[in-house]
Amino acid sequence: MDLSYNSDDNAFRAEVKEFIAEAFTPDLQAEAARSKNGYISKQGHITWQKRLFEKGWAAPNWPAEHGGAGFTPTQKFIFTQEMDAAGAPHSIPFGLTMVAPVIMAFGSEEQKQRFLPDILATNVWWCQGYSEPGSGSDLASLQMKAEDKGDHYLCNGSKIWTSMAQHADWIFCLVRTAKTEKPQQGISFLLIEMNSPGVKVAPLVTLDGPAEGQQEINQVFFEDVKVPKENLIGEENKGWTYAKYLLEFERGNPYSAGLNRSLKKVKEMAAEIEANGDKLANDPDFARKATDLERQIMVMEATELRIFAEISAGQNIGPGSSSLLKTRGTEIQQDVSELAVEAIGQYGFPFVEDTLASTNEPDVGMDGAPMVVPGYFNKRKTTIYAGSNEIQRNIIAKAVLGL
Amino acid sequence: MDVEFAPEDAAFREEVRSFIEENYPKHLIGKDRGDLSKEDFLAWHRILHTKGWVAPSWPEEFGGTNWTVTQKYIFNEESARFGTIPPLPFGVGMLGPVIYTFGNQEQKDWVLPGILSGDTWWCQGYSEPGAGSDLASLKTKAVLEGDEYVVNGHKIWTTLAQHADWMFCLVRTTSGDKRQDGISFLLIDMNTPGMEVRPIITIDGGHEVNEVFLTDVRVPAKNLVGEQDKGWTIAKFLLGNERSGIAGVARSKKAIDRLRDIARGELEDGEPLLNTADFSKKIAELEIDLTALEYTELRTLASESRGKGPGPESSILKIKGTEIQQRITELTMEAVGNYASPWVPAAEAGDNYLTIGPDASHGVSQTYFNNRKTSIYGGSNEIQRNIIAKMVLGL
Amino acid sequence: MDFSFTEEQTLLRNMVQSFVQDNYDFDTRMKIIRSEEGMSREIWQQFAELGLLAAPFSEELGGLDGGPIETMVIMEELARGLVVEPYMPTVVLCGGILNRHASKEQQETHLPSLIAGESIWALAYSEPQGRFNLADIVTSAKADGAGFVLNGTKAVVQGGPWADKLIVSARVSGGQRDQDGVSLFIVDKSAAGVSTQDYPTVDGGRACEVTLENVAVGADALIGEAGKGFAILDEAIDYGIGALSAEAVGHMKQLNDATVEYCKTRKQFGVAIGSFQVLQHRMVDMFMEYEQSVSMTYMVNMKLTESEAERKKAASGAKVQIGKSGRFVGQQAVQLHGGMGMTEELNVGHYFKRLTMIDTQFGNVDHHLKRFAAA
Repeated sequence: MDLSYNSDDNAFRAEVKEFIAEAFTPDLQAEAARSKNGYISKQGHITWQKRLFEKGWAAPNWPAEHGGAGFTPTQKFIFTQEMDAAGAPHSIPFGLTMVAPVIMAFGSEEQKQRFLPDILATNVWWCQGYSEPGSGSDLASLQMKAEDKGDHYLCNGSKIWTSMAQHADWIFCLVRTAKTEKPQQGISFLLIEMNSPGVKVAPLVTLDGPAEGQQEINQVFFEDVKVPKENLIGEENKGWTYAKYLLEFERGNPYSAGLNRSLKKVKEMAAEIEANGDKLANDPDFARKATDLERQIMVMEATELRIFAEISAGQNIGPGSSSLLKTRGTEIQQDVSELAVEAIGQYGFPFVEDTLASTNEPDVGMDGAPMVVPGYFNKRKTTIYAGSNEIQRNIIAKAVLGL
Repeated sequence: MDVEFAPEDAAFREEVRSFIEENYPKHLIGKDRGDLSKEDFLAWHRILHTKGWVAPSWPEEFGGTNWTVTQKYIFNEESARFGTIPPLPFGVGMLGPVIYTFGNQEQKDWVLPGILSGDTWWCQGYSEPGAGSDLASLKTKAVLEGDEYVVNGHKIWTTLAQHADWMFCLVRTTSGDKRQDGISFLLIDMNTPGMEVRPIITIDGGHEVNEVFLTDVRVPAKNLVGEQDKGWTIAKFLLGNERSGIAGVARSKKAIDRLRDIARGELEDGEPLLNTADFSKKIAELEIDLTALEYTELRTLASESRGKGPGPESSILKIKGTEIQQRITELTMEAVGNYASPWVPAAEAGDNYLTIGPDASHGVSQTYFNNRKTSIYGGSNEIQRNIIAKMVLGL
Repeated sequence: MDFSFTEEQTLLRNMVQSFVQDNYDFDTRMKIIRSEEGMSREIWQQFAELGLLAAPFSEELGGLDGGPIETMVIMEELARGLVVEPYMPTVVLCGGILNRHASKEQQETHLPSLIAGESIWALAYSEPQGRFNLADIVTSAKADGAGFVLNGTKAVVQGGPWADKLIVSARVSGGQRDQDGVSLFIVDKSAAGVSTQDYPTVDGGRACEVTLENVAVGADALIGEAGKGFAILDEAIDYGIGALSAEAVGHMKQLNDATVEYCKTRKQFGVAIGSFQVLQHRMVDMFMEYEQSVSMTYMVNMKLTESEAERKKAASGAKVQIGKSGRFVGQQAVQLHGGMGMTEELNVGHYFKRLTMIDTQFGNVDHHLKRFAAA
């Protein structure tokens, strides 16, 4: 047992830090600091992603033959840690980590040529069409229809919770191509261009109150949308297999670096806020809560290190590990954002719609206050999405405890 | 809405308070359930009986007090404030109401006086090894032979059966399709041949519960309460009554007072523990939760006094009441620090043990261990939540 | 970065595991704790023969040159049998202090008999008024010629009734809660002026109150420099926490396995109660608490030899985790076992009681959260 990194890893960490220092420029930093929901402007994301692309780091998860970064598991871990610690924008996952691996594994040679380079260079923006109004945790019950019309499919239906669809050029969809007894069997994996006639994006306004055009999620409607057959991935009716394939890559994300950063921000705020003639940071109750969160994040980190050490050693991680990380990570995220709400007290009330818009007016109360309560509202999603925490517990119950 | 007590209620409170202060046996003051002999259990019961106050919840014609709901509340509150040993629950709280509601005249005449006087000690034969939360799956069998039932089976978690003269018992008289059908409610003399009581020692080292084995126990048919095979209705009626007193608000208040006293005496870096930010906050949170529970109970009480019986909402009282009790015992254990560690066996609590650590620390861990039962018994808190889900939320 | 065990460590684990399985089942354990003495000298001798008592000491002193990871492995496996023999006070606490801070002479005098299982040790560090503050000491040590005279009372000395030797914290100078001025002394329990009041503890162990009345010790009793004992004690308790975390993890593992097993077999309403989602999620939460505790146990044991600040942070962080997780897992294991979990007869209640007291041992959640913040 040994907690230290080897010298190569330390050198790599230094390189990542150096890259961030150069590429994460003040304009992007400012945008990231003023986001209510973790996203910045479309242009901001593209700028950041292109800088990563130039460095060869756009796709940490891809194999080198397709232009991936070729990181070792430890490097990948360090890379994510440093990005989170700096608060750098997340890469938009829909193209790079969701559709691309499916295309690599099941797409035709032509599809690979056509789509992968643009994904790597962020020349196109992708979004994900999985969930539907009637199918949440039970994804296989999806209804969106794709009828075979010879050279094309005719698509009708709607997708929901579609993140950043307003920016998207393409959407990858699970659609129903056959009615079968087992709902999983008649599903196909289809790529649809967003500017096809009949595609309509309607924003869903979340609790954080996004400004117009900055909404995080949408509903996408498809009305008699014609999709060329060449946009089908793999075989018809095998889409469920492809969708599940992605889950095998699900190895859990480290949360601790990002959590530490969020908590540090809360503590910095508390060091400025007056309470009973002292700073809030010195209030025993507040300090206790902050300390306990700091400690919980330390526990998270210890668990992450354990899991990623196993991955680096080439072992398969236990089936419950990514569920454990997701569950605890998101719960702590919510607790940190809640502590921020407690910290700013009544300055949580003022509402600013467009926090990304640059203005010379200082924030009411204290700098950063307008993002705090919306950020808390927004974070409630984390225990719901990507397999709700209840579903994660079901997974552990079944896969680990054998219940 | 009115949370003030009327002047006549204040006078009543005064009467109750002085009666308790003047008549409560001195040697029982401060004693816990764990330390009591059979006679200790009954001493206050008998004094209350003489005064006519032993069964305030009963109708007057059977020996009740004819108090208003508020008076009953005050009486409970004052009793808990003083820390009296409550009258035996198995007779007064459980069986009595069953008998005056479902029993025949003859049963009323021979069962109720013994309960009131304390001359007959009852115990409850409900749970079985295979029938805990799922009570209806009970298997103890009673077969009618002539004018006697022959009973065979095995009861468990029988509280204080070692002192009992009689047991009220759920038995299976018919195996039907619906498991709830075919259950009957029998009264069994503990001295009948074939009755055997074996102690169960709990993790606090105490002997409070037992197993009772019934082998060819012959029970006169006249000891059947209500109709044969209709005992489930009675069982449910009894469980409903059992839940209503379980919030234990007044006793928890007293326990918090004691906790505060302990925390005042314990030092952390020379400061009373009570004055530290962490500890005072935990007590405050407990008190707030307890206040919420108190007002929930008062609301329930108010609707009862308007003639509505305790509904499934009483499950809230059970859940929150027991959770609060458990937190108090846990915090009390925390308060005494290292002195939570010494084990003081109740039977041996002689001078030797009493000199270890501060007096207040004695037995606090055992009390904490023992109190883990409260979220299990009387319908586990999981079952109570199921009841609320089904009956209140309609899930 | 490496979280794997060496082959030797795995062999050590297997050895302790099978020893506990073969020699320390639940009935044996209950017989031992109910016996007059409350521990088994025979088992202790077997520990010596297996080399467990030698594990952390250097080879030149007759030890096996193990470190915190070896201690962790041993403690975790002993915990699965709820072993009450005083491995913690003798080997981890006192043995650790002697190993790291005693003079060569002291080591040569005391360690061979400790390793051979011939002497049992206990650490008398807490005081009635001191709660969890290691520096809150009124027991005094007055210089007297070359030696010292000790007066005072030590509280809840775990394993004290069995001990031949004590390491006692006493004040040579400074105010009641000053860290400066604390010294550690080796005291023979049979020395004139030492009296004890022995008692069982709620979790199956034995402890005592120790009264020191004009106890005279020689210069060779002082460990380290006079007045500089606090750092030694503080470090020893952190090593204790490393081992205690492993013990807690062993208990939690037993309880989680037993609970899952019980819920798979216990039927109510015609089905196994493990099929109820509300109970499944409770067991998942127990599992997550366990996993997080394992992580912290590894972490603290890897950090014991780092800088003082890192060590303290890791130890207090781990202690809070096992305190909270242990309470939760213990409570829920009893709850899910229903009435059976409440009985003396089933082992579940005994793990629960031990986990409960682990939160108190060496300072509870509140204490260590504050220490964590200050570190």
